[in-house]
Amino acid sequence: MEKHLITLKVNGELHTLAVPVFKTLLEVLREDLNLTGTKHGCELGECGACTVLVDGEPVLSCLVLPIELQGREILTIEGLMERGRPHPLQQAFAEMGAAQCGYCTPGVVLSAKALLDRNPTPTRQEIAEALSGNLCRCTGYIQILEAVERAAAQLRDVRSAATDGR
Amino acid sequence: MRDLNVIGKPWPKVDALSKCTGETRYADDLHLPRMLYAKILRSPHAHARIRRIDVSRARAVPGVHAVLTGRDLPTRFGILPVSQDEEALCVEKVRFVGDPVAAVAAVDEWTAEEALRLIEVEYEPLPALLTMEQALAESSVRIHEYGDGPNMHKLVSLEFGDVAEGFAQADYVREDIFFYAGSTHLPLEQHAAVAHYGPDGRLTLWSSTQTPHYVHRALAKVLGLPPHRIRVIATPVGGGFGGKSDPFSHEIVVAKLAMLTGRPVKITLTREEVFYVHRGRHPVLMWIKTGVRRDGTITAMHVRSFLDGGAYGSYGVATTYYTGALQTVTYKIPRYKFEGVRVFTNKPPCGPKRGHGTPQPRFALEVHLDKIAEDLGLDPVEMRRRQIVEAPSLTVNWLRISSCGLRACIDRVVEASGFREKFRRLPFGRGVGFACSAYLSGAGLPIYWNDMPHSGVQIKIDREGGVTVFCGSADIGQGSDSILAYIVAEILGILPEDVRVVTADTDLTPVDLGSYSSRVTVMAGNAAVEAAERLRHLLFRAAAERLDVPEDQLLARGRRIFDRADPDRGLDFAEAAQLAEARFGTLGAVGSYTPPKPLGRYKGAGVGPSPSYSYSACVAQVSVDPETGFVRVEKIWIAHDIGRAINPRLVEGQIHGSVYMGLGEALMEEQTFRSRLGVHTAPSMLDYKSPTTWEMPEVECFLIETDDPHGPFGAKEAGQGPLLPIPPAIANAVYDAVGVRIDELPITPEKVLKGLEDKARGGSGRIGPTSIPSLAWPEPIRVEPPPEWRSLGDLT
Ligand code: FES
Ligand code: FES
Repeated sequence: MEKHLITLKVNGELHTLAVPVFKTLLEVLREDLNLTGTKHGCELGECGACTVLVDGEPVLSCLVLPIELQGREILTIEGLMERGRPHPLQQAFAEMGAAQCGYCTPGVVLSAKALLDRNPTPTRQEIAEALSGNLCRCTGYIQILEAVERAAAQLRDVRSAATDGR
Repeated sequence: MRDLNVIGKPWPKVDALSKCTGETRYADDLHLPRMLYAKILRSPHAHARIRRIDVSRARAVPGVHAVLTGRDLPTRFGILPVSQDEEALCVEKVRFVGDPVAAVAAVDEWTAEEALRLIEVEYEPLPALLTMEQALAESSVRIHEYGDGPNMHKLVSLEFGDVAEGFAQADYVREDIFFYAGSTHLPLEQHAAVAHYGPDGRLTLWSSTQTPHYVHRALAKVLGLPPHRIRVIATPVGGGFGGKSDPFSHEIVVAKLAMLTGRPVKITLTREEVFYVHRGRHPVLMWIKTGVRRDGTITAMHVRSFLDGGAYGSYGVATTYYTGALQTVTYKIPRYKFEGVRVFTNKPPCGPKRGHGTPQPRFALEVHLDKIAEDLGLDPVEMRRRQIVEAPSLTVNWLRISSCGLRACIDRVVEASGFREKFRRLPFGRGVGFACSAYLSGAGLPIYWNDMPHSGVQIKIDREGGVTVFCGSADIGQGSDSILAYIVAEILGILPEDVRVVTADTDLTPVDLGSYSSRVTVMAGNAAVEAAERLRHLLFRAAAERLDVPEDQLLARGRRIFDRADPDRGLDFAEAAQLAEARFGTLGAVGSYTPPKPLGRYKGAGVGPSPSYSYSACVAQVSVDPETGFVRVEKIWIAHDIGRAINPRLVEGQIHGSVYMGLGEALMEEQTFRSRLGVHTAPSMLDYKSPTTWEMPEVECFLIETDDPHGPFGAKEAGQGPLLPIPPAIANAVYDAVGVRIDELPITPEKVLKGLEDKARGGSGRIGPTSIPSLAWPEPIRVEPPPEWRSLGDLT
């Protein structure tokens, strides 16, 4: 099996790996980098469970090849915590019951992060739209939407506190 | 209610942060050194004899470590003792497209797949029976040799009291026919399992399963190993909904491969395989006949159900009974007859899906009652409300109702939705529909006959006051681990975060039968109450001596044990634990729970009894586009009698999830197969339509608390019951909106358009089945009703 040497930047760290060209980003993250927080429900681009952020944009990791992503910033669910502290989205999801089985959660949280980064004050409709590619079979999405709203509010508070402090 | 500190509050789940940060390790996330990967070859035929299998070329592929066929695992298994009809790999015959035939373990999945392609199987195709009608008609072709008739897995006929007598008392009798399509669970996590076989001859299986105890038993049986050398660990389940409740071929296969190769072996099913492995909602054709008085009072009911079971037994015997058992627990039905048949067909096996055999007849019943109310010019709410079962009471089929909050549920949703102002009054294209339901909080009998508890809990307290709870229950996302922590924390006066929960490991945890039939909160919860109270008793005895306060005056709260009359007089929880350990030795306690014995004394009486029944009432508001036939659910109001909400946020989460799944089944989800071939028409998440954030309506939930005498802190189930009223409420709303009755789920735009066209041509606008197969039903088992139902004197 022919392997290529690639360098990937994942969660701020550079990794040089020898991988077969056809291996997807999903597989490389889970199998070569042991970042099993990224999930899969179909491996065909249909469920959103494998969502990661590439340069801040949601990408289905089961559909992309790592070789195309050299030099880009890849963020997985593991990279969202800072020094072991959960991101406000992760905190809000935990508090609001937005993770039932939790299998869709990493992908949903990252899709939500991409949304909040570009739109800090989304309406419920806009959240629903941003998450419409992430299937969840447990929650009926309601507590997920509530959690994103709560995280958005918290992030706004943090930001305005930071501005006030200046 | 007692003054509670932990119970009733919206604590985060104990595993919530792990799940939100990617920490949680699901089965496919496990990686063991030297691990091999397994793949299963599946039948391309719906029905065929296996003439010959040649695996020599597959074995020769470099990197392949073992190849298995049916001969290596000939012992049959199945979830129910009466339906041991599955083989881990088919030996002589395949019965559906997707039936497992051979398996390979190799260094990686690609190699395993390549080897699968080199396995040669010679099949002799047999006639494929793909519909119930075919299977019932073709008695010369048999899918299985056992059952209650050719291709009849189970045939049931029960009569409670004399229905003819009940119908004779009716002023009006109506018959209807309904069909509820099959659907699949579609858990987001594909099934996966990892097996390890050590040099000590011990086997460990990690699997995404709802029922580790039953998997344990099946492994012991098929592998011929003593059970004590097998350890089954249920990994956190990434969505179950009933779909991971059977022991599965792939679990046995990886175990055997690990034993043969001496290396750990993992298998993860592809999404397509998950569709074929199935065990989902049975397609059910139903006929229902009800006699009522002029005011709508039910005098008798007769139900027939035809279940398309697919190729294997699974839970089907129970499912068959469930399509008839629970009609009686919502409204008073004084005379009742049920006939049901489960038919084998050459399709993926059906099994338990959220609501297990009851959403189908509930749909039929609630739409049927809506029609009766309209025929008689009665208010559909009031007609139902007037004849709700009493609590406590016995139903005509001997089910014990211990609490019932249905009336309050109805009142809440009717008021909040403005149903009375909207019903039959909204403009064309918009409508509201109403339905009620009930569900069990755990099956009254275990799956295999035994007298032992259904759930066991063990608790230990360490010297620093840390508490660990051990229980065999499997958390499938509903939060059962958290429920254990809340209950134990409440009783010991500590916080949920002080409790560590260890579950679903057959080596470490006492048996709990599993996460099915909405049983865990009630059964494991009661076991936890018992164990925690025993421990608290020891702590109180030790503390009473030290504080010189009578035991019954002590209170455990806020991580302290203190005199309720003089709260300053007390001890830290950890101090109390140390005193108690010094006094009584190592601190630990067990608790267990066995549900009340079923009261019915007839064959089939084991399906239906439960410690308690939950109740739900629902109003759905829809808009229907008469141009496209597209139904949009605008809002759902749902009230659920939960007994007591141990954690209201988790209860609401279960209700939302149930509404979501009911919505999918009402409008779009359908597991269908190509005629003749038996190939799934939509084995992908794209083609199998399920609701996204777009389709999910606003949901307003009301929790009704009735403090059930059998529940821990009065709790009843929440995970399944709230699904039941959704499809009929939506169907009734569609009728209110555009005047067409779609008596066949799902209510697709095509069906709505067909109904509208029919109506425009002067027809009734009804879409749905018009006949049921003729079947020689056996003489019913006649069951004498409980004494209070013997005379039909005054029905109101
Ligand atoms: S696994 Fe990538 S979209 Fe489903
Ligand atoms: S929480 Fe289970 S799929 Fe979303």
